[in-house]
Amino acid sequence: MAGTAVLGRLNWRVADVVEVRPETSRTKTIAFDVPDWPGHQAGQHVDVRLTAEDGYQAERSYSIASASDASTLELTVERLDDGEVSPYLTEELRPGDAIELRGPVGGYFVWDSSAAGNVFLVAGGSGVVPLMAMARQRNAEGSGIPTRLLYSARALEDVIYRDELAQLTQEDGFDVVYTLTRAQPSGWQGYDRRVDRDLLAEVAPAPPELAVSFVCGPTPFVEAVAGALVELGHEPMRIKTERFGPTGG
Amino acid sequence: MPPIISRGFTGRRRDAPPDRVPPGQYVTDDFPVLSAGPTPHTPLDQWDFTITGEVDALHRWSWEELRALPSESVTVDIHCVTKWSKLDTAWEGVSVDTLLEGIETSAEYAVAFCDGGYTTNLPLEDLTGGKAWIAFAFDDEPLEPEHGGPARLLVPHLYFWKSAKWVRGLRLAANNEPGFWESNGYHLYGDPWQEQRYWGD
Repeated sequence: MAGTAVLGRLNWRVADVVEVRPETSRTKTIAFDVPDWPGHQAGQHVDVRLTAEDGYQAERSYSIASASDASTLELTVERLDDGEVSPYLTEELRPGDAIELRGPVGGYFVWDSSAAGNVFLVAGGSGVVPLMAMARQRNAEGSGIPTRLLYSARALEDVIYRDELAQLTQEDGFDVVYTLTRAQPSGWQGYDRRVDRDLLAEVAPAPPELAVSFVCGPTPFVEAVAGALVELGHEPMRIKTERFGPTGG
Repeated sequence: MPPIISRGFTGRRRDAPPDRVPPGQYVTDDFPVLSAGPTPHTPLDQWDFTITGEVDALHRWSWEELRALPSESVTVDIHCVTKWSKLDTAWEGVSVDTLLEGIETSAEYAVAFCDGGYTTNLPLEDLTGGKAWIAFAFDDEPLEPEHGGPARLLVPHLYFWKSAKWVRGLRLAANNEPGFWESNGYHLYGDPWQEQRYWGD
């Protein structure tokens, strides 16, 4: 099945909405039942297509949030106020609706279960979504790959998946480091500034121990993080980036 | 299968001329950035552009030599596979025809190679006949590194991943070898008007 999906055309599939779950004030997770979903790799995305009554269509890409063996396909979508598709997905869609999607797409920014060494995930805002798929995949596989997530958000209430991430850190070899760039709760012990070179020097595994870094967020975030990792001696080919958010589509 | 109507979806259409926006694309005024890795920064005195592979001899231009070649200003529409299109983008660059002038080859394909290890493949005929440039300026300014500076390939009639950022040369070949995205699920050719986004499209 998976082989056919890779070699054949990625046809549009009907995806039935089974749950819409608020994550933060701006993001929701939408769980779909997609009959005959061929499976996916953590980090891949799907294309979503909406059709208006007069036939007008709009397509966008969204990262998959769920692990590959999950019973439903989940997308976590941030509402962009001037967006065309995300306000519909987050505000209008409800269980019982159906949309069209096709995928999975992308073979590079994906979790590698055979990574030799540490994996470093760096998320800016809703860029955490494909990295969460990786954390979930790691957990589902019972993988022992030492994995650290550095997650930059504006404030604690903007952190997506906070409870589940806390649970995942109970597993051996997975931890999360937060930095809250705009507002911190009283008594906050984590970082409180944008991710910079000094912060990465403290948080990133040393270059010889690091198999791969996955960096996902808005473009200025990704440029800053990937550039600083190179300055710290990490090999550029081992830094995989993906842009996510308002300017990425 | 007829498309499913999305209850309550009207969309936010723009007055973009339909003959300029390929299927599945939307028009943006931004210039989004998409790269698979960190942005490389090669100093210009270490930069060169080479044409290698199935050619009579290796051809090489330093940055000064490339900039001394006749350049062209072109205004074109660009289409990214991630769905955005940007209309009337203004570039300056050296036509690939100018670089290939006088080069003997029997090759039918080319792989563009880049700083950072990125590659993309194209039929040679998509790079010739006034269809492709080595672009070094955007909107009358030197091309910024995050958009592919100092120079990127510009092949506007194909999806924009073919317009390889940080390009350093072309390797000409008899066969069509998949490049980076073409090996990772994306279409071997990438015609936006045929919506050739992914394998099998």
